[in-house]
Amino acid sequence: MAEKSALIETRALVKTYDLMIVLRKLDFQVERGEFVALLGPNGSGKSTLLRLLSGLSKPTSGAIFIGGWELPREAAAVRAQIGMVSHRALLYENLTARENLQFFAQLYNLREIDERIRILLEQVGLSKRGDSLVRTFSRGMQQRLSIARALLHDPAVLLMDEPYTGLDQDAAQVLDGLLTQAYADGRTIVMTTHDLERAARLASRAMILSRGNIRYDAPASALDGRQLSERYTEITSLATAR
Amino acid sequence: MSVIASSNPNQNARSGIAAWPPLLRILTLATIIAVAFGLYLGLFYAGTDIDQGQVQRIFYVHLAAFTGAFIAFCGTVIGGVQYLRTRNVQWDSIALAGAEVGLALSVLNLVTGMIWARPIWNTWWTWDPRLTSAAIMCLTYAAYLMLRTGIENAEQRRRFASIYGILAITTVILTLVITRIRPDTIHPVVIGPSVQNPNAEGAFEFSERMGMTIGINSTIWSTLVPVTLMWHRVRLQNLAERVNALKAEILNK
Amino acid sequence: MNTPFIQAVLAILRKDLRTELRSRELISSMGLFSLLSILIFSFALELDRVARQEAISGVLWVTVVFASILGLNRSLAMERDQGNLDAMLLAPINRAAIFLGKLIGNYLFALAVGLLLLPVMTVLFNMPLFQPWLILILFLGTLGFSTVGTLLATMTVQTRARESLLPIVMLPIALPVLLASVHASTNILTNAPIDDWIAWPQILVVVDVIYLILCFLLFEFVIED
Repeated sequence: MAEKSALIETRALVKTYDLMIVLRKLDFQVERGEFVALLGPNGSGKSTLLRLLSGLSKPTSGAIFIGGWELPREAAAVRAQIGMVSHRALLYENLTARENLQFFAQLYNLREIDERIRILLEQVGLSKRGDSLVRTFSRGMQQRLSIARALLHDPAVLLMDEPYTGLDQDAAQVLDGLLTQAYADGRTIVMTTHDLERAARLASRAMILSRGNIRYDAPASALDGRQLSERYTEITSLATAR
Repeated sequence: MSVIASSNPNQNARSGIAAWPPLLRILTLATIIAVAFGLYLGLFYAGTDIDQGQVQRIFYVHLAAFTGAFIAFCGTVIGGVQYLRTRNVQWDSIALAGAEVGLALSVLNLVTGMIWARPIWNTWWTWDPRLTSAAIMCLTYAAYLMLRTGIENAEQRRRFASIYGILAITTVILTLVITRIRPDTIHPVVIGPSVQNPNAEGAFEFSERMGMTIGINSTIWSTLVPVTLMWHRVRLQNLAERVNALKAEILNK
Repeated sequence: MNTPFIQAVLAILRKDLRTELRSRELISSMGLFSLLSILIFSFALELDRVARQEAISGVLWVTVVFASILGLNRSLAMERDQGNLDAMLLAPINRAAIFLGKLIGNYLFALAVGLLLLPVMTVLFNMPLFQPWLILILFLGTLGFSTVGTLLATMTVQTRARESLLPIVMLPIALPVLLASVHASTNILTNAPIDDWIAWPQILVVVDVIYLILCFLLFEFVIED
């Protein structure tokens, strides 16, 4: 993979669900180390886009390249580079935190995992609860463990689908810290969220999706939370007016 | 109204879609004539069975309906396999048409069988292996239709239906072979070289005319009938898809 | 690039066994259901000595199949509820490994229930059910319907009707397996000469192999999006 090419690239990406067009010819690139906040109202295609980038869903037409590999043709190569966190925990409730991570480590064919799991649990602040059942965890703890699971195989790309859903203030702050850390570690992050203020604060780039099109795409530093929110209202009300 | 119609250039094109294609008209007509001819052979041309009398005549439709159902269910398998390979919606419509037409024909097969059994076996229904497995075969395709209605996502519905349609053929095959592997059936073995089961009640010897009637009826019901009915069903499905497409077009604007 | 096939299968199997050992959710509900079922059958059918010989293998197999439907629903619902199926699909593993991992787990649970029922029914009905041939049939029969059950349950947990749909779609497909198993068992229990019924286990093996291959190939289409 050449250094110059973008880490994530889509070309004329289209996804339809049973005649409903969800994404219309998306063309965009994400460079290595960017933190993209993907914004947009419900039904704008954000989650669908993330599922496509993760390889969970196949595009109707168009192409996706991640690290130079094409999806879905070279999905096997792409999977090892992607970590995903969704609003669902993707964890087994009747296993402990450690067992969950061990299980996924086996699926990713990782070696010498004990030390890695120890470090990750510490990073997400669950060292003391490592041997508790996930069932007993609060939503915030589950979400933190979910991030540990996504980071387990040291992926270059982190895809986060509304990770703040259902988190209280404290848990959200912990998540802020983890995301900042992951960004500082040089990971490329694509995150969908409804929280414009947070997006402006954390991300390096903001993209607003509306009715399956990218309506806005700019470095987040160009705008503060208020301005972003103004643009957002402008774009989305435009879409509803039509 | 006529002014609006003539001012809309799409109108003619749309009514053109709704009309039957010429080949389908010919086929439909041919099927009606052929079925009528088959019935004529069964009711008047073939001789009356010495032991069973007039009721034996229902057998011509009974067997023919099963052959038709078998072909239609094969259509479901082919449609399913091809859909999974190509993802062309047309194949799924064929699979669905096969299941519905096959189900209708196998119900006809069961009902005619029951009418025959009433005077011959002195009961409408008996828990014979062949009868039971034929009934379960019907239920399998009812389950196929139920599975379809249970899935909202159309793409997923087609995919799951294709898979189930492929698996469901096992009950059809079981119904076919069960008189071989369960020799305690009292159902007469009709097709294929087999020693007539001594347990079978209501088995009969064929005269030449009877044999011909069986052959012609089964040919008609296993070719023209399922093909015509399935074609109509596929067309109906296409029209329904078109309505959906137009709806989606409005929503996608 | 992919994780070795066997490793992925074993990881999924170990995960299921560990979950089960901890919660005992499946085995306890399947076991309890089975006991209830045979007791109710014995009431409802008023099984006397003669009727028992004829009916008992039917009771055994119907009970095992329904118990395994219970287990299949739970086992796949566990993968769906928290979106864990997605988590497995995200991992660089062969899709068929997911099928095989889940299948082996479901098979072991169904088999455990069957093996548990043999001594219980031996005692309750005073019939010698613990016979090597019968145990072999149990191994073959439960394999057959666990195979179609794993495929179909993965499908039905993704539908609107969910749990209620599995028995409806699974029982007809499992019928050939059930038929062969019941007839083999009845013959074994009535001490029929082996030549009379050896065809049944043979049919069972053939059906098992066909279903295994078919479901193995079709599974990929059940989980893709």
